[in-house]
Amino acid sequence: MDPLHLKKLNAARRQRHAVVLVTNVDDGRDRIVLEGDPVAGELGEAIGRAFRSGRSALVEADGQAWFLNVHLPPARIVVIGAVHISQALAPMARIAGFDVEIIDPRTAFASPERFPDTALHADWPQNVIEDHPLDAYTALVAVTHDPKIDDPALAAALASGCFYIGALGSRKTHAKRVERLREAGFTGAQIDTIKAPIGLDIGAASPAEIAVSVLAQIIRALRTRGLEEARPAKGEAA
Amino acid sequence: MEQTTALDEERDPLMIAEKWIAEGKDVAIATVVETWGSAPRPVGSHLVINADGDFQGSVSGGCVEGAVVAEAVDIIETGKPKMLEFGVADETAWRVGLSCGGRIKVYVERLG
Repeated sequence: MDPLHLKKLNAARRQRHAVVLVTNVDDGRDRIVLEGDPVAGELGEAIGRAFRSGRSALVEADGQAWFLNVHLPPARIVVIGAVHISQALAPMARIAGFDVEIIDPRTAFASPERFPDTALHADWPQNVIEDHPLDAYTALVAVTHDPKIDDPALAAALASGCFYIGALGSRKTHAKRVERLREAGFTGAQIDTIKAPIGLDIGAASPAEIAVSVLAQIIRALRTRGLEEARPAKGEAA
Repeated sequence: MEQTTALDEERDPLMIAEKWIAEGKDVAIATVVETWGSAPRPVGSHLVINADGDFQGSVSGGCVEGAVVAEAVDIIETGKPKMLEFGVADETAWRVGLSCGGRIKVYVERLG
């Protein structure tokens, strides 16, 4: 492997970019392909599949054998609102392998006693997001019910292409939210990507059950990333 | 690689390999490229080895690392990459086989 390629690969991983190390296992030569870089032919198709599935594999393409090692940024969940649902969601999401961060400017809510072992930001979402930008490998969960807190985070999530955006609230609450986001300049198609009411429809009743439905919806979004057309949504909560 | 937990620079084999190269060490990288049956480490996992025989990461649950390190030392010298295969099979398997019953293919190459 070319040491310069290793440097490039590690730099991409540090910057949370999706990257594939492509090694020709016949001649030992390798190259780095960042998500979005154009690659022609069968190899390009195989690399595209690798990015979507996140699966590393040996492949035959263009008459040669290649190993595609996919490095996707660690998926993380940013939760706006240090509320009861979030107290259940944080440990569950950690067990499922996600990095979790909780943001809530209300210090009484965002307290370490309520959220042991969790990355907490007792600050406004727009301030935190400025320092820790959202990206395509981040899920944004807005559960404060308070437009002052939720809206700036939702706008940032829409602008940065988060793989999942969910917002708590009744259909009525959401209709008002849609109006505000439209006024802020977002298109109908963009706003439609927000899951609201939040969570898969499993009849969740308690905060912990809602957390399960949200986590399931996030996992579904992560694992079908770019494959939505192939797998029609089932059991979505409208 | 599985997309799960956060990047741990201190223990990440590829970060360690980069550090070794910066220190002027000769390095080999071993990568799990294919698995059959129950394999302890997923495709894409790395073991990195330097010419002093230090290694970090894993390609199995500790079952075949010794053999991979030995091969890697040769590969660091010759510069010729090699595809190794390990499975559980016979009498000698206790030393370089997989007790879990799986089979793995490991690609070993020199860095640079």
